[in-house]
Amino acid sequence: MLGLNNVEVIYDGVILVLKGVSLNVRDGGITTLLGANGAGKTTTLKAVSGLLRSERGDVTKGSIEFSGERIDRLPPHAVVRRGIVQVFEGRRVFEHLTTEENLIAGAHIQKDRQRVAGGIERVYEYFPRLKERRSVQSGYLSGGEQQMLVIGRALMANPHVMLLDEPSLGLAPMLVEEIFGIVQQLNRQEKLTVLLVEQNAALALTIAEHGYVMENGRIVLDGSADALRENPDIKEFYLGLTEVGARRSYRDVKHYKRRKRWLS
Amino acid sequence: MSDDLSFFFLLMSNGLLIGLMYSLIALGFVLVYKATDAINFAQGEFVMIAGFVTAGALMVWGAPLWVAVALALVSLVAFGFVLERVMLRRLIGRPVIAVVMATIGLAAILRGVGPFVIFSGTKPLPLPIRDEPFMLGPIFIPPIQLLGAGVSLAFLAGFGWFFLKSRKGIAMRAVADNQQVAMAMGIDVERYFGVAWAMTGVVSALGGILWGNLLGVDVNLALVGFKVFPVVILGGLDSIPGAIIGGLIVGVVENIAAGYVDPYVGGGTKDFAPYVLMILALMIRPYGIFGKRIIERV
Repeated sequence: MLGLNNVEVIYDGVILVLKGVSLNVRDGGITTLLGANGAGKTTTLKAVSGLLRSERGDVTKGSIEFSGERIDRLPPHAVVRRGIVQVFEGRRVFEHLTTEENLIAGAHIQKDRQRVAGGIERVYEYFPRLKERRSVQSGYLSGGEQQMLVIGRALMANPHVMLLDEPSLGLAPMLVEEIFGIVQQLNRQEKLTVLLVEQNAALALTIAEHGYVMENGRIVLDGSADALRENPDIKEFYLGLTEVGARRSYRDVKHYKRRKRWLS
Repeated sequence: MSDDLSFFFLLMSNGLLIGLMYSLIALGFVLVYKATDAINFAQGEFVMIAGFVTAGALMVWGAPLWVAVALALVSLVAFGFVLERVMLRRLIGRPVIAVVMATIGLAAILRGVGPFVIFSGTKPLPLPIRDEPFMLGPIFIPPIQLLGAGVSLAFLAGFGWFFLKSRKGIAMRAVADNQQVAMAMGIDVERYFGVAWAMTGVVSALGGILWGNLLGVDVNLALVGFKVFPVVILGGLDSIPGAIIGGLIVGVVENIAAGYVDPYVGGGTKDFAPYVLMILALMIRPYGIFGKRIIERV
């Protein structure tokens, strides 16, 4: 199990971004982390993957543990070796490498050539479209293909846990559903544990079993996906649903902040 | 064959062979830029130091040739590793200008240290190959140039294969493409930076031995480094085929300039003709003939 205990993250020695975040990611499950822009979701993922230090950030308090071992002091490549791999938001492929070279780069920690080849085949099974585009320079792939490629590339490291950052960003709804379907499939067939960061709360809560809501560097709410879906605040602020059929005046909208009852 | 035509062929053949020797040095520059995005203004000084080590071992300490060559290779590789560890690693994530200034400073230090520590004045760097050129009709080819061109081609092909086909080479290209994402894939970025500098050390050592034989070893040997810039700008800063093509172009252009323009102006065009070409190239194709373009998708 991956767990964060009261983690505080400071950037550049002065900017406090995470103010004591605790969360648990159950083995073999999909856990989602919801929140608005700037809430600290991506920072949370980077704290786990060890990439904070490349951005002059640091875990200053608390601890991050994976399978009983503290990992918050490890360099990124050591975290990957322990089976946790992060997929960045914004489809960050290695633009000048071909699709297949991207996958090979993703298998860097795998020493055995045979297993690299096997890994590539596995990725092509989940994402047949990547096979057709195997020798295309990945910078020229479509957005959806690039998102598939970054997920496939992360799979090449044979991870136990995938930290998936906003896979829906800037993609057509149909593609988003396809990709979420594949994530769910990976979770079931490969026993892949997923920590999913999303802005698209409606979709995230349909595939996740447990969710956390972040605001301003704190976890403000957590619960099972079903409970969160029924929570009136989540409904209003994240799912965009209001009391059925009721017309709402601008004054209500304007005062929405007052209704975030977890902040009071 | 008329004299004019054979003169032209002589200039061309000389230009192409010298050009490949420029490519070898440019390869050192390209390797570092490709993997670490650092612009190494001390490339010429790397070559000079290699010349100093080899000539010093041969002429001052009286070592046999193979010991001198091995010493040059080992010390330049070690130097590359240490330099990355001590100086350049601290500059990761800093503005590009920091690395540029640091390597310019390094260049000055090396120009001082070489003569100070190893020997002063000019020393030859003899290699056991014959001096008389091969005659091929009107063309004559000095054996050292042939050796230089051969070594250059071998290393250019070797590194070209490494980057294109081997897993470590692909990892290095991934590092060059996006350091943070490479880290997230479990690639130890800093180690590959060290490897890139060490590879530059290998190439610089060979360049130093070949150019040292051709020009003699003193501080001025570092000046061949200046030819690196037109070569890499023409070919593309991060492209190995580009280093070959750029080297050939620079070699030919400076020979043609020296052969046809010098008689009218009294000499010296050889040294700036490649730079005229470089500026023209920058105006037309700023990323070089083979350089990687920033992909913009609309």
